[in-house]
Amino acid sequence: MDRTSEKQQSSLMKNALIEALISAAIALALSIFMIGLRTSTATGGLVLTYRIPLVASLVTLVFFGRLAFNLFWWSRSTVHTKGPKRRGTRKKQLGTGVLSLPRVSLFLVFSLPIILFVLNAKLNLGLPLRYWFDIATLVLTYIMLGWGLNIVVGMAGLLDLGYVAFYAVGAYSYALLAQHFGLSFWLCLPLAGLLAACWGALLGFPVLRLRGDYLAIVTLAFGEIIRIILLNWYQFTGGPDGLSGIPRPSFFGLPFKRYGDNTFHLFFGLEYSTLHRILFLYYLILILALITNAITNKVRCLPIGRAWEALREDEIACRSLGINTVNTKLTAFATGAMFGGFAGSFFATRQGFISPESFTFIESAIILAIVVLGGLGSQIGVVIASIVMIGGFELIRNMAWLKLVFGQDFDPSLYRMLLFGMAMVTIMVWKPRGFISRREPTVFLKETAL
Amino acid sequence: MEYFAQQMVNGVTLGSVYGLIAIGYTMVYGIIGMINFAHGDIFMISTFISLITFIALLSIGITWIPLALLIVLIISMAMTAVYGWTVERLAYRPLRASFRLAPLITAIGMSIVLQNYVQIVQGARVKPLPPIIKGSYTLMEKNGFTVQISNMQILIILTTIILMLAFSALISKTSLGRCQRACEQDQTMAALLGINVDRTISLTFIMGASLASVAGLMYLLYYGVIDFYIGFVVGIKAFTAAVLGGIGSLPGAMLGGLIIGLVETFWSAYFSIEYKDVAAFSILIIVLIFMPSGLLDKPEVEKV
Repeated sequence: MDRTSEKQQSSLMKNALIEALISAAIALALSIFMIGLRTSTATGGLVLTYRIPLVASLVTLVFFGRLAFNLFWWSRSTVHTKGPKRRGTRKKQLGTGVLSLPRVSLFLVFSLPIILFVLNAKLNLGLPLRYWFDIATLVLTYIMLGWGLNIVVGMAGLLDLGYVAFYAVGAYSYALLAQHFGLSFWLCLPLAGLLAACWGALLGFPVLRLRGDYLAIVTLAFGEIIRIILLNWYQFTGGPDGLSGIPRPSFFGLPFKRYGDNTFHLFFGLEYSTLHRILFLYYLILILALITNAITNKVRCLPIGRAWEALREDEIACRSLGINTVNTKLTAFATGAMFGGFAGSFFATRQGFISPESFTFIESAIILAIVVLGGLGSQIGVVIASIVMIGGFELIRNMAWLKLVFGQDFDPSLYRMLLFGMAMVTIMVWKPRGFISRREPTVFLKETAL
Repeated sequence: MEYFAQQMVNGVTLGSVYGLIAIGYTMVYGIIGMINFAHGDIFMISTFISLITFIALLSIGITWIPLALLIVLIISMAMTAVYGWTVERLAYRPLRASFRLAPLITAIGMSIVLQNYVQIVQGARVKPLPPIIKGSYTLMEKNGFTVQISNMQILIILTTIILMLAFSALISKTSLGRCQRACEQDQTMAALLGINVDRTISLTFIMGASLASVAGLMYLLYYGVIDFYIGFVVGIKAFTAAVLGGIGSLPGAMLGGLIIGLVETFWSAYFSIEYKDVAAFSILIIVLIFMPSGLLDKPEVEKV
């Protein structure tokens, strides 16, 4: 080995050590008070308990972690290319052929649950199907919300931090209409969508002249206003107690009940199972979500969809080309809100109970995170992000084996949101443009053959 | 009238706290044009650090309150600044050249992380602190109703005024302030002229976090109860204040803070306490309808 490379090696080692020491010092500063000293309530005020070993192990972990990172990872990738890779070079043939990926997955999401259900019943496999279907339904709800918000944020480029307000409007509309007027789910669904769309347009008016981040704070404020009203208007919304006893949906008039004359299982000559309703809810949200997607894709090619995308790119250019920006913005808000309203009434009928607690800012943030992490404006990206962020973290809640590693006091659900936040940061830093950064242009310039 | 004057005193105190936090939002927005959603949680962390330091000092025998408070302030400012710096380094710096929404998402993510981190390491219960600074002055007395200003309120308002003056001087007179203003206008050009842009931005975050920690100590002493969730509520209010005043403008942040504080206090006093947040947010929406870029911001002319 010659001199210079040896020298390089030693200076590399030295730098790595210094950086690791700095990291460890920062970790010490961060943790010494917050982790090292825990306040707990006792008689006569707060007392401190010391947890120095925890801090020490954390700092050591950071030190060696950073050292290993510097030596084995960064030293190799010093010449890694920055900047975006060339786009458009990879051509994925996603949309052609009978056995293309979208079709196969569509077929699977439609048939797999029913196959599993039948197999489970016939062969007594004892799979926790209810749990799986619940997670799938939850993920699909977020996919639908993500697609709804994608219209506002991804297509029209209007940053909306209060999307959950429309979700709440939809849920409360359905609950109140069904309870006070006895309307059925199928009648309430369009009404809830309509009401949410009206609220969307209502929010649209004051924000017409606002740009960028001013828009963000106003939508956030709007979401909070709706939540506070729901929380305090006790006579109308039940306040913090929420609304319970919301009617469950029926299969075109056939209720999912064990006893009764005209129930679902009697009509179809099946044995009663609680899974019927769960399965029905799964298909319901699946179809609602697919309708959302279909409409979005269709509208994208219509003049209004093109106007939304043009608005996202440049508002001034839009105006100078004669696009009515007022109408464009209002329709974007109203359409996005309408899908939020649909999802909301589905949520209400699925839960049977709603309270303002389900509609906090964190929900808006999660939906926005799904849209951005998936890749702004990408429909498939929303699906991927929902599966990862919602499905993945729902699984963590029930990981019993973690208890074996960290001891019996370990509560995985406590760490769920912490990991969720970390994942948001990590994914964004790793892929700043989201999972699917490639945008399918809706208009092509026809190139003539040379 | 007396009731009004008393609410005025309370409102100005609350507004000062909001204003101090709002400055952190506005400085970061001014320099890199992003909403630092984690700032409210940095504030929350600072209240926890203050509380822990204070109890630790008492337990080792430092019971002379002015000295203890001074030490608490210094430690809290330093530690919170480290948190501010770390958040910037981990979540925002890698995305500096990225598109607008990316840092917003990492900021929300960081906010979730900080909240849950504090919940895990310090517990979800509210932490009470008995009042430390007691005593008050009677400003006027009429018809059996007294208008009082407590020593704590005087301390908060004075600290805010001093910090405001110091910061205005720092931005307009010192070389760091010049660097900040240069980065605000054009980062590439500033870098070409030899300004260390990354360092300037880091310093901005450190300054914002230190101010938040002063506000945090004030909040802790004034209200006496904290939990891991206060960062969200106070942060949103402070951010509203910053936008109301015209985001990016220092006097605007202070003015916005005062307006939000006063609106909230008067609404609770005369109407209903439940809807005080609705009142604050409604003021924001109404003002923005007529002045789309806030009260003190000069209207931005967008050029093609």
